[in-house]
Amino acid sequence: MLLQEATALSHPLSGSIAELVWLIPLLPFIGFLINGWLSIAPAYHRGPRDPSANGHHGAAHGDEHAHDASGGAHGDDHHAVVRHKYAALVSVIGPAVLLLSFGLTVAILMAMLGVSREAPFVRTLFSWIPAGDLHVDAALQVDPLSMVMTLVVTGVGALIHLFSVGYMQDDPGYPRYFAYLNLFVSFMLVLVLGASYPVLFVGWEGVGLCSYLLIGFWFTDKANADAGKKAFIVNRIGDFGFLVAMFLMFANFGVLDFAGVSAAVAGSGLNTPLVTTICLFLFLGCVGKSAQIPLYVWLPDAMAGPTPVSALIHAATMVTAGVYLIARSAFLFSLSPSAQLTVAFIGALTALFAATIGLKQWDIKRVLAYSTVSQLGYMFVGVGVGAYVAGMFHLVTHAFFKALLFLGSGSVIFAMHRAYHATHRHDDAQDMRNMGGLRRYMPITFVLMWIATLAIAGIPLFAGFFSKDEILGAVFARAGESTLAQTPWLGIPGSALLYLIYAMGLATALLTAIYMTRMMLYTFHGPSRAGGAEQSHLAEAPWIMTGPLVILGVLSVFGGWLNLPELLPLGPVGMLEHWLEPVVGPATAAVTGGGGHVSHGTEWVLIGVAVAIAALGIIIANVRLKPERLVPKVNAPPEQGIERVLANKYYVDEIYDALIVRPILWVSRNILAKGIDEGLIDKVFVTWIGAGIPRLLGWVGSRLESGQVGTYAWVLLIGVLAVLGAFTIR
Amino acid sequence: MLAESLALSAVLFTIGAIGVLTRRNAIMIFMCVELMLNAVNLTFVAVSKVYGMAGQVFVFFVMTVAAAEAAVGLAIIIAVFRHRQTVNLENINLLKG
Repeated sequence: MLLQEATALSHPLSGSIAELVWLIPLLPFIGFLINGWLSIAPAYHRGPRDPSANGHHGAAHGDEHAHDASGGAHGDDHHAVVRHKYAALVSVIGPAVLLLSFGLTVAILMAMLGVSREAPFVRTLFSWIPAGDLHVDAALQVDPLSMVMTLVVTGVGALIHLFSVGYMQDDPGYPRYFAYLNLFVSFMLVLVLGASYPVLFVGWEGVGLCSYLLIGFWFTDKANADAGKKAFIVNRIGDFGFLVAMFLMFANFGVLDFAGVSAAVAGSGLNTPLVTTICLFLFLGCVGKSAQIPLYVWLPDAMAGPTPVSALIHAATMVTAGVYLIARSAFLFSLSPSAQLTVAFIGALTALFAATIGLKQWDIKRVLAYSTVSQLGYMFVGVGVGAYVAGMFHLVTHAFFKALLFLGSGSVIFAMHRAYHATHRHDDAQDMRNMGGLRRYMPITFVLMWIATLAIAGIPLFAGFFSKDEILGAVFARAGESTLAQTPWLGIPGSALLYLIYAMGLATALLTAIYMTRMMLYTFHGPSRAGGAEQSHLAEAPWIMTGPLVILGVLSVFGGWLNLPELLPLGPVGMLEHWLEPVVGPATAAVTGGGGHVSHGTEWVLIGVAVAIAALGIIIANVRLKPERLVPKVNAPPEQGIERVLANKYYVDEIYDALIVRPILWVSRNILAKGIDEGLIDKVFVTWIGAGIPRLLGWVGSRLESGQVGTYAWVLLIGVLAVLGAFTIR
Repeated sequence: MLAESLALSAVLFTIGAIGVLTRRNAIMIFMCVELMLNAVNLTFVAVSKVYGMAGQVFVFFVMTVAAAEAAVGLAIIIAVFRHRQTVNLENINLLKG
C-alpha cells in the first residue's frame, strides 16, 4: 500500500484530469439509475406494458420472432405502435452518458501523451476491505493497457447505444433496455479500470449479471430466459477458477493489487508450479467469460438477446475480458511457459472448432456467434504465445469489425422483421435461407458488411489483416526461438506444438473466409427468397442505425493503422506496441528472450501465405456455394452426413446434457433429494430425532403425573430436601 | 429458651409434614398443613427474640394467609364432596397423565 501511495503522489499524472477517472464508470451508472427509474416510474401510461401480455406491439423486436413459433396472439393493434412515454428522454440519457465517458477518456489519454507512462497511475478512492492481513482498496488504475480497453468500451459502446436508439425504438421495455445497457458499461469500465484483482472481479461479475439480464431481455419467451440462465451458470464455473486464483495469490503473496502481485512474483524467484497453478485457474475464469473450449456453449445461445446486445457484450467488450485479464496478468503468465502453451493451444483449438461449426449455421447471428468464439480463440493464441500486443491489437480490431457485422446483421433482421410485420407473416427473420438479394434493398449495409467481412477474413489493408497476421507471425517466430519453444507440454515439444498452432491458425483463417463469404452470399447476393409481398417492404434502416455502422466501417478499414508492421510503413509503425510497452513489454521480452524475430524475407512469405489462404477461402465459397439454389427455411431439406453434424454443432450441447447435466440431475434427484433430504434429514433428523425425542420425553412426563396428591407431596418434599441439602453441602 | 422453642417447632412441623404425606382424607391433610404453618409461626416468634421484631410481623402475614387459605381450601373441599360424595384423595385423580 505504501509503495502505491508513494507512486501515486509522485506520479506525473497526479493532479491532472486523470484524478477524475472515477467519473468514467460513474457516468454510465448514473445513466442506469435514471433509466432504471424511468422504466419503473410510470405505473400507468397509455403505451403497452412491459413485458406486454400478448406478445409484441412494436415493430422492432428483432429477435422475438426467432423463437416465436406460435406467434398467433396478435391483436388488431398490430400497427398501433405506441412508444414508451419517456422514450425521448431515455434516447438522450442512454447514449449521452457514454459519450461523456468517452470524452473524459480521450481527455485523460491526451494528458497521458505528454508524460512518462512507465508506472501506472493508481487513483485510490477508499479502503474497501481492511480485514487483518487482507487489505484491498477501491482503486482505479490508469495505464496504457486500461486506457486502450476503456477507449474501446466507451467508443464502440457509444456507437452501439446510438444504434440501439433506432433498433429498440418501439420496444415496450425501452428504458429498461437502456438501464441494463448502461449498467453493463459501468461494470465493464470497473473491470478494465480496477487496480486489483478483487475490483476487477466486481466488474467481472457485474458484466456477467448484465449479460444474463440482457440475454433474457424478452423473458416472456422461455427459450430466451433459459439462454440467460445457461450463460450465467456456465460462467460460474469459470468464476470459480478466478476465485481460486485470487485465494492462491493472497495465500502466497499476501497482496491482490496488480502492482503488488507483480512486485511479489518478480522478487520471489521462479516458483513455477505455484505460478502455473495460479495462471491455469485464472485461465479457467477466462475460458468461461471468453467462451473457449469447453465452456463456449453459452455464447451461441446468448444470441437470444437483442442484436445490439450481441454486438456490445457478446462480441466487442465483455467476452474479450478474458484476453484483457491475461494481458493484465502478463507478469504472471510470462513466468510459466506451460500455462502459456495451454492458453495458446486451447485458443487455437477453439478457433478451429468454432470455425467449422460456423460453416453450416443458417441463423445469421449464430454464424457471427461462432465467428466470435473463433476470433476469441485467435486472441488467446496471441496472448498465449506472449504476443500481448498482438492479442490486444486483434481485440481492438475485432471490436470494430465484429461490432459492425453484428450491427449490420441487426439492420438486416430489423428490415426482415419489419417486412414480415407489414405482411403479417410469422417467419424466421434471422434465417439466411429466408433472405437473399438484400443488396438491392440495403446498399449501405451491404457495402459495410462486405468491408467487415474482408477485414475479418484478413484481406490486406483492412484492420483484421494486420492484427491476424501479427498473431500468426508471432506464433511462427516463437516456434523458432523463445522460452516456449524449449518447454515440453504434455510430452510434446513446445516448438512442435507452436507450429501445430500456427497450422491451426491458418486453417481457421481459411474457414473464416469461407463461412463469412457464405454468410454474405446467402444474405445479400442471389435472388430474394423473402416472398413477393415482403420484398416491397424491405428497406434500409434509419440514419440513427446506419450512422454508427459507417463509423465502424471506417474503423474496420483503418483500424490496422494502430499497429502497422515494419514491413508496411504506411504511417507511424507500431503505435500500439510503443503505447503498451510499459505494461507488457517486460513480459514479452521474458518470453522471446530478446530474440525471436524472423527475417523480413520469411515475414513476407508468412504474409503471402496468410493472404493467399484468405483469398482462397473467398474464392472457394464463391465457386462452391450457389445462393440461387437455396430454398426458404420452411421448404429446406434436412442436412445429411457431416453437414448435419456441423449444423447440429457436433452435438456438443447434447453430449454435455448426457454427460454432465443428466448425471447431476440424477444425483440431485436420487441421492440428494431422495437420499439426503428425504432419507437423512426428513427421516433421521425430523422423524426420529426431531419428533421422536419429544415424544419419549412426553411419555416419561405423563407417567410421572399420577394424579395422586400424596405422590405430588412426596416429590415436593424430596425436592425441598434436595434444595436444602444442596445449600447445606455447599 | 430459643433452642427449646425451635425444637418444638421442628417437632410440630415434622408431625404436620408426615400427616400431609400419609393421610388420605382431605380434611386431615388440610389440618396438617395448618399445623406446619403454625410451626413456622412459632419459629418466627422464637427467632424474633434474638433478631428483632420483624419476625413477629411475618407471623401476622402468615396468619392472614392461613385464614384466607382456610376459607378457600374448605370451600374447595366442600365443592369436591358435593361433586364426588367423598373427600378421600385416593379417589380423586383427574390429573392422571
